[in-house]
Amino acid sequence: MLRADVAGATGLSRRHMLWRGAGVAALALFALLLPWAATKAGNPDLISLATRIVIYAIAAASLNLILGYGGLVSFGHAAYFGVGAYAVGILYFHFSNAEPFLGFVPGTNQLLITIPVAVVTSATFALVLGGLSLRTAGLQFIMITLAFAQMVFFLFVSLKYYGGDDGLIVRHRNVLFNLDMTNDTTFYFVCLAVAAIYFFVFWRLAQSRFGLVLGGIRQNERRLAAIGIATYRYKLVAFVIAGAGAGLAGALMANFAKFVSPDLLHWSQSGDLMIMVILGGAATLFGPLIGATMLIGLETVFTGWTEHWQAFLGPFLILIALFTRGGVLSLFKMSASGSHA
Amino acid sequence: MPEPLLRIHNLTKRFGSLAASDGLSLDVVAGEVHAVIGPNGAGKTTLISQLFGELAPDAGTILFAGKDIGALTTAERVRAGLARSFQITELLPEYTALDNVTLAVQARLGHSFHFWRNARGEPALRDEALHALSRVGLDGRAAVVVSEMSHGEQKQLELAIALATRPQLLLLDEPMAGLGTTECASTIALLRGLKGAITILLVEHDMDAVFALADRISVLANGRRVATGTAEAIRNDEAVRLAYFGEGDA
Amino acid sequence: MTLALEQTLNGIQFGVMLFLLAAGLTLIFGVMRIINLAHGAFYMIGAYGAALVGERSGSFALAALAGLAAAALAGLIIEFVVIRRLYARDHVQQVLATFGVILLVNEGTTILFGRQPLYLPIPGILSGTVQIIPGVPYPAYRVAIIAAGLLVAIGLSLFINKTRIGMLVRAGSTHRDMVRALGVNIRLLYTLVFGLGALLAGLGGILAAPLLAVQVGMGEQILILTFVVVVVGGVGSIRGAFVGAMVVGVTDTLLRAFLPMVLHRVMTVSQADALGAGLSSMGIYLVMALVLLIRPQGLVRAPG
Repeated sequence: MLRADVAGATGLSRRHMLWRGAGVAALALFALLLPWAATKAGNPDLISLATRIVIYAIAAASLNLILGYGGLVSFGHAAYFGVGAYAVGILYFHFSNAEPFLGFVPGTNQLLITIPVAVVTSATFALVLGGLSLRTAGLQFIMITLAFAQMVFFLFVSLKYYGGDDGLIVRHRNVLFNLDMTNDTTFYFVCLAVAAIYFFVFWRLAQSRFGLVLGGIRQNERRLAAIGIATYRYKLVAFVIAGAGAGLAGALMANFAKFVSPDLLHWSQSGDLMIMVILGGAATLFGPLIGATMLIGLETVFTGWTEHWQAFLGPFLILIALFTRGGVLSLFKMSASGSHA
Repeated sequence: MPEPLLRIHNLTKRFGSLAASDGLSLDVVAGEVHAVIGPNGAGKTTLISQLFGELAPDAGTILFAGKDIGALTTAERVRAGLARSFQITELLPEYTALDNVTLAVQARLGHSFHFWRNARGEPALRDEALHALSRVGLDGRAAVVVSEMSHGEQKQLELAIALATRPQLLLLDEPMAGLGTTECASTIALLRGLKGAITILLVEHDMDAVFALADRISVLANGRRVATGTAEAIRNDEAVRLAYFGEGDA
Repeated sequence: MTLALEQTLNGIQFGVMLFLLAAGLTLIFGVMRIINLAHGAFYMIGAYGAALVGERSGSFALAALAGLAAAALAGLIIEFVVIRRLYARDHVQQVLATFGVILLVNEGTTILFGRQPLYLPIPGILSGTVQIIPGVPYPAYRVAIIAAGLLVAIGLSLFINKTRIGMLVRAGSTHRDMVRALGVNIRLLYTLVFGLGALLAGLGGILAAPLLAVQVGMGEQILILTFVVVVVGGVGSIRGAFVGAMVVGVTDTLLRAFLPMVLHRVMTVSQADALGAGLSSMGIYLVMALVLLIRPQGLVRAPG
């Protein structure tokens, strides 16, 4: 009897796990076949769209770690996304004009270097800004994260040397081994590979001891203190990991768009990331992917109809916020039969 | 006389003009069950909150095992050997009972900066957590999500979590509140079984439980300690009668 | 020297505008514990209302009334339709819903009034300068703003501390259940507080309209600064909102005025200007960071 209880207690019945596995496999198959199918259907633009979705899914997933799992409502996540993008942009800038950064750091166009640099840089920003912001909670925390992101926005606006308000063009995508990164399909698969690794790591993180603590922080911090867990350091580590993830996505974005600008750090970008997390279902593994698909999909579809599509997005968000608890996925959960073993 | 495990000296806490703790001094000896009783508003829960580090006293010292813990945070005090159960349960509602206790075990074992292995599947954590649940009779309900548990079960879970941290001193804030007769009986039996191994400071209204468990009883009124002694002594104490009946109702 | 005085006065004037927004925001935070990202919308609506009517009628007084009415109306509608359902919800839902409100209001404004910025001229009697400090002529309109702001600050303080409703507001923030138990209509209280906040924000927008271009997006820009004010001053305290607003207003203005000058000495003019503008934009956030290091709860301790 104990066995059955424990299996149930770990939350995953056999059937549940089989369904999950099948779902992931189907998703993977779809993602792999997409470029071929899109070209066949005469719609190669879809590959670009899919690439954008994959990149934003990574960014939204990084926010999901602190917002969905940890309950930290950070409204400044675009800052780390932008820092990662600028890392790529600035390194490329110094590579293309052969002048070293700060006089001694050489520029580069090697993806295997720019990505780690982007990740470390955004993680560092997250360490400092998160370290300060996490000294507060609740309403203050939301305001402070927004304010700090705005500060980083102004930082990049003021760097006229790197384009300032006008942004910085990255003439060629970063180089990875001898792959042809100018080919949209190749680049799509690179992003897909990165996303696959990222989501796998995220999955391990979410069910680890660390993930368990994070969920506890969201539900009842007082309880965690009462069992001897000093929550600040866990929140900070989560914040840094999230920042690193956003930086990774930013680096890919810089390569995708071949352009970086302070717009990537605008508060509305933070808002978009948050929408993706919530729409898709916070604290779920694939929620961010669903959210990214929905938001970018909606945007693409609606922009075709009217330039004022945000006037429809607004009420849609309001309705979702007022009438659902867990975004779109929860609507499915509500109608599905309970499957807890 | 052995050095008391817990020595509270001159604890004072004011809320505006109300003194919830007014120069309160109290000793708890290692291994004893020390009950704290008193009429409503006597400052019992405020006392526990200050001991646990959730409320900062205006004055006074708290010595635990000889050390002044006044500057320690709640989490630090727990690591030093304190634990607390809450009158109004503070649980993780979305997690199962097993998860809740697992976290306590995890915390006791050290830090939780482990990012890879499935925490719920780790035998070391799971076995100890199940054991803690079985002590309070909840091992059959390990897989139940807390929000779906009855009030009584939640109170028992509170106890299981507190015990999972293996404390030296257990602060119990009205553990019997809202429990049915059977649950009360089993909780009393559990606590009796802990006597000697863990020191317990028990804040309670349920006099049956107090008289069944307490080695010594302290009576609080208006933020001060009015009397301390065995059950017999307290029953006959004048000051206690005044505290309870002199102010109207008990 | 005169430049420094002038800029300080500018800073105080800016601070007053921030105060109008921050006071409402901190009241709403303190009493209802709700985060409203759309607070800047009332600022914009007030400005738009005033600009549109001012253009048609040529009367600043009418324009001001229109702006106030528009902001108050918007406040009541938004409270009734959206905010009211958010009181018991998570911060996440509140953020999402009020973000949706921003999108709707901003896009709706663009649909109704286009993308061109609107202008509101300074009222005739205030178009000159006065010498409040002898030898330093300063725009009369800006003096009027400072005066208006100080009047509002005093009025609010009296309202909160001396009237019965003000007492309910204070009590409502710290002892919600007790106030409810006393038979006070909490719902009505919340609506009033929200309406007051919207009105103050709208007033800010009206006063700002002659000085800025009235356009979509103006609300969010100043809202983020308002957040900094509330954090620096302390959530829930009107006095804190005032202190925070002055600190932020003066610091920001003085930095913008003098930092580029300082940088001129070490780099080219165009670089100094750009860097100066950027760094001075960052300045108040660094002040906020400092406050977070030393006193995370804000400079002024909130009541209760």
